[in-house]
Amino acid sequence: MGLKDRNRPAATMHRYANPARFLRLARAVQPWAAVLTIICLGAGLYLGLFASPADYQQGESVRIMYVHVPAAWMALFVYTSMAAASFAALVWKHPLADLFAKAAAPIGAGFTLIALATGSLWGKPMWGAWWVWDSRLTSVLVLFFLYLGHIALTNAFDEPTRGARAAAILALVGFVNVPIIKFSVDWWNTLHQPSSVLRLDGPTIDPSMLWPLLLMGVAFTGYFLCVVILRMRAEIAARRIRALRYSRAAG
Amino acid sequence: MRPFFATLRRELRLAQRQSSDILVALLFFVLAVLILPFGVGPAPDLLRAVAPGVIWVMALLAALLSMDRLFLIDHEDGSLEQIVLSPHPLESVVLAKCLAHWLTAGLPVVIVAPLLGLMLNMDTASLIPLVGALALGTPTLTLLGAIGAALVLGARRGGVLVSLLVLPLYIPVLIFGVAATDAAIHDLPVRPHLLIEAAILLAALALAPWACAGALRHAAE
Repeated sequence: MGLKDRNRPAATMHRYANPARFLRLARAVQPWAAVLTIICLGAGLYLGLFASPADYQQGESVRIMYVHVPAAWMALFVYTSMAAASFAALVWKHPLADLFAKAAAPIGAGFTLIALATGSLWGKPMWGAWWVWDSRLTSVLVLFFLYLGHIALTNAFDEPTRGARAAAILALVGFVNVPIIKFSVDWWNTLHQPSSVLRLDGPTIDPSMLWPLLLMGVAFTGYFLCVVILRMRAEIAARRIRALRYSRAAG
Repeated sequence: MRPFFATLRRELRLAQRQSSDILVALLFFVLAVLILPFGVGPAPDLLRAVAPGVIWVMALLAALLSMDRLFLIDHEDGSLEQIVLSPHPLESVVLAKCLAHWLTAGLPVVIVAPLLGLMLNMDTASLIPLVGALALGTPTLTLLGAIGAALVLGARRGGVLVSLLVLPLYIPVLIFGVAATDAAIHDLPVRPHLLIEAAILLAALALAPWACAGALRHAAE
């Protein structure tokens, strides 16, 4: 690779197709992500659970928001990043993109499950029901099943690369669900409230609640980064062990 | 267009030679719907209320039942590799296979559905939207299912896996299909639901063969 194309994004992407180079970067990033997670999680939880005011309508139960909303953001963010990685894996056959999608799927499924569970806990006092079949809840449930399908498909083949390729296509097909989730509260009449942070006319949420929410969002992102790097490093190590075993078996 | 029609002829001839397969899927659909009155009781009002939903869910399951065989036989006897290697666009072959599958698995369901609707006490006026929505929805089921069938080629327990992958994608088709019939029952406009169902079909028609062909190329590697 010449110096000239160092600046192109695709060239940067291919630079990290080399696992050794990626591992160097990953080892450097991981502790910072961990520290960021701990600080933001501590500050966000303190501000959210103790220092922020209770809602004038919802009372103390509004504090579920500080876990529910970041988890739901992450559920969408992780799936979107998996779809982007799958695209890179299919178009450029980027070896680490497959690895990323495989490592991220269970984490994304976990975030989705947290969003669904906390939403259910929040729905009971607010709407009087653990679950309603409205568009936002249903589409997030579909997202959860898409994650599970992705995990099952990745592990269904004896040859790992075949599973990764099939799962990549599934991730791209399932991506149609992401905009549906995002805009479901605008397109249909739902019990779920419309978005109050990511809006064109600015957030409609009070700063005393917005700050802990954003801190928790950063904490969840840092946690994702930390765990996905850990899982990718473990997968690279597992592949090396497999390769060593094959070469030893071959004599 | 020639490979399209050649594949279509081949698939239809194969289906005709193994016509019991078509019959089994259709019988499953009929029996599964007709078992409902034994489960919830024969009260006419209740049956009328749940009929569209039950017919749709069973149509969905019947579509899945025959889905994993769409590419499996070609994959096992090696003809899939020949199809992938041929210079003709794989997407048109996929489309022909889907059309053949719909003609042999989807169309019979659409034809039998009004009869089942009558047995479940549906009004004759709401049967037309039921058939219309099924006619627009079942091809989408075939196209989406084909992606799943192509993805699991060579996987362990492929048949069960197809349902896990495809059922979440079927949900929008189901929602708007049932909504069309429900709207007719409650004297609301049916057209918007049918238009959305048609829009989903057109999107699937444009995108699914592409995804399916991509999956087949990886399966044949």
